[in-house]
Amino acid sequence: MDDYYHSVVLDNKLCKGCTNCIKKCPTEAIRVRNGKAIIINEKCIDCGECLRTCPYKAKIAQTDTWDDLSKFKYRIALPAPSLYMQFANAPSKEHVIKALQMLGFDYVYEVARGAEIVTSITNKILKTESYQRPVISSACPAVVKLIQLNYPNLIPNLLKIKSPMEMAAINAKKEFCEEHNVSPSEVGVFFISPCAAKMTAVKSPIGISKSNVDGVLSIKTVYFRMFKQLAKIKDEELPDSNQAGYKGVRWAADGGEAVALNTEKILAVDGIHNVIKIFEELENDSIEDVDFIEASACTGGCLGGPLAVENMFVATARTKKFKESLPSHGLSIADSEMEEYEFDCPIIHKDVTKLDTDISEAMRKYDRMVSLCDELPALDCGACGAPSCKALAEDIVRGIADITDCIFVLRRKVRKLAEEMMALESRMPPVIGEENKKDGDI
Amino acid sequence: MGLSGQKVTLRYTIAAEDFISAGEASSHVKKTLNKLGIRHELIKRFTIAMYEAEINTVIHASGGEAYVEITPEKLMVKISDNGPGIPDIEKAMMEGWSTAPEHIREMGFGAGMGLPNMKRYADDLAVESEVGVGTVVTITVYLS
Repeated sequence: MDDYYHSVVLDNKLCKGCTNCIKKCPTEAIRVRNGKAIIINEKCIDCGECLRTCPYKAKIAQTDTWDDLSKFKYRIALPAPSLYMQFANAPSKEHVIKALQMLGFDYVYEVARGAEIVTSITNKILKTESYQRPVISSACPAVVKLIQLNYPNLIPNLLKIKSPMEMAAINAKKEFCEEHNVSPSEVGVFFISPCAAKMTAVKSPIGISKSNVDGVLSIKTVYFRMFKQLAKIKDEELPDSNQAGYKGVRWAADGGEAVALNTEKILAVDGIHNVIKIFEELENDSIEDVDFIEASACTGGCLGGPLAVENMFVATARTKKFKESLPSHGLSIADSEMEEYEFDCPIIHKDVTKLDTDISEAMRKYDRMVSLCDELPALDCGACGAPSCKALAEDIVRGIADITDCIFVLRRKVRKLAEEMMALESRMPPVIGEENKKDGDI
Repeated sequence: MGLSGQKVTLRYTIAAEDFISAGEASSHVKKTLNKLGIRHELIKRFTIAMYEAEINTVIHASGGEAYVEITPEKLMVKISDNGPGIPDIEKAMMEGWSTAPEHIREMGFGAGMGLPNMKRYADDLAVESEVGVGTVVTITVYLS
């Protein structure tokens, strides 16, 4: 898979070329060209902001389809913790698991259980001095990508252990294959996701060489299928599910990962623009007394994911019922049993910011950018296809835009040209002037 | 390029007692340095040192000015104010030494780490100060 795969793509037919998305993109990764938005692959972190913003639903998160399940003889579902809160007609976690079984999944392994394993390993890490503080969660793939692109100084702080989804995938496959004596190649592990970036994390992972997940289905894809099954479930048919407890399930909402830890020195930030603010402060060393930072690209955490169906606030309210009905911990594997939970690839900074590899040239470009900014109207209207006048100035020095892309500059130039033409028009060459005089005389 | 070489200069006004916008200058400098492709470890050292100086200007003087000069050889910032001046620079360089008033400390600033941190992160730190006249702090980080 190429380095710059990302799951968020554009449906050209639906795109009207409006400028809503370019303004919301936290990494300024979108431009409008020839009446259509284009995503700059190198800069996109798959946060999903544009999916939410687009009024024409032209931004799509690529995920696998229901038909992809048939590629495998056996199918395992990995429900994200946020799946439990999507349904008004699912009174318990067991109802959700049962509905997945009824849809033909041979085995269900809760990602919430993977989350509890991550919590347990994180607790262990926080007892040692092995990480630069504060340790930053690596559970949100959009945040990991943001750090890789824009905050290289924070790479040492990033928790270098596999995500709950990966932990769950490893254990699920192992458990299922051992129990049923089948070959792993016959088994497809499908993550059921509220998140666009998880697809990228599977196809083009950061920190691990290959994902253990075989496919990603969006919650949108499974929602109605599950809804119908949930209506049929009778309570006596419910499976025994003591896999994950409240701590793992609570990961669905913002703050869940942080509060599960054994430390009070936690900071939880959600919403990609807020995450960026916190990372800026971290880079200034101005955040003290924090051991662990949970950062979620989506407001509300995974429940606010762009592929979730239920309203985030309604879903968050539903987390409460799990607090009452579930034990604090589930059946999580002891961390000593979990092998190879660490990342196996280094995270290497990808510099998409610098104007030039040669510093003198970069300085020249920067100077030009500053003087271009003075020429531009500072209205940030977006009509040029760039998110702001500053971004246009940068595009110009990078050679991907022209100053006349700005309609105000263009208008100024046209006006000047018109004035010059008028001035020229009033002057006649002497010869013609003479003829005119003669004509007039006759 | 000529004899003077390539240079980027930036100027900022630092507002007095404005803790909300304190740090904006160093944050803008950081963005600029990223665009110029400066090594990120050096950006971090330079901008933290500058941030500390900026905060000091907000706390102790009634604001001031920052002048940043970037060349392919070094990063330099001169932060000047017309504040009360530092009577004893040697003491001010000691960790934990602070003359910040109580209300500033309550806000989590003024822990006496400003100048020591600047020294820690800068390659060169020059502090010129005259009581009743003001202070000029010059921070330099070399690129090679």
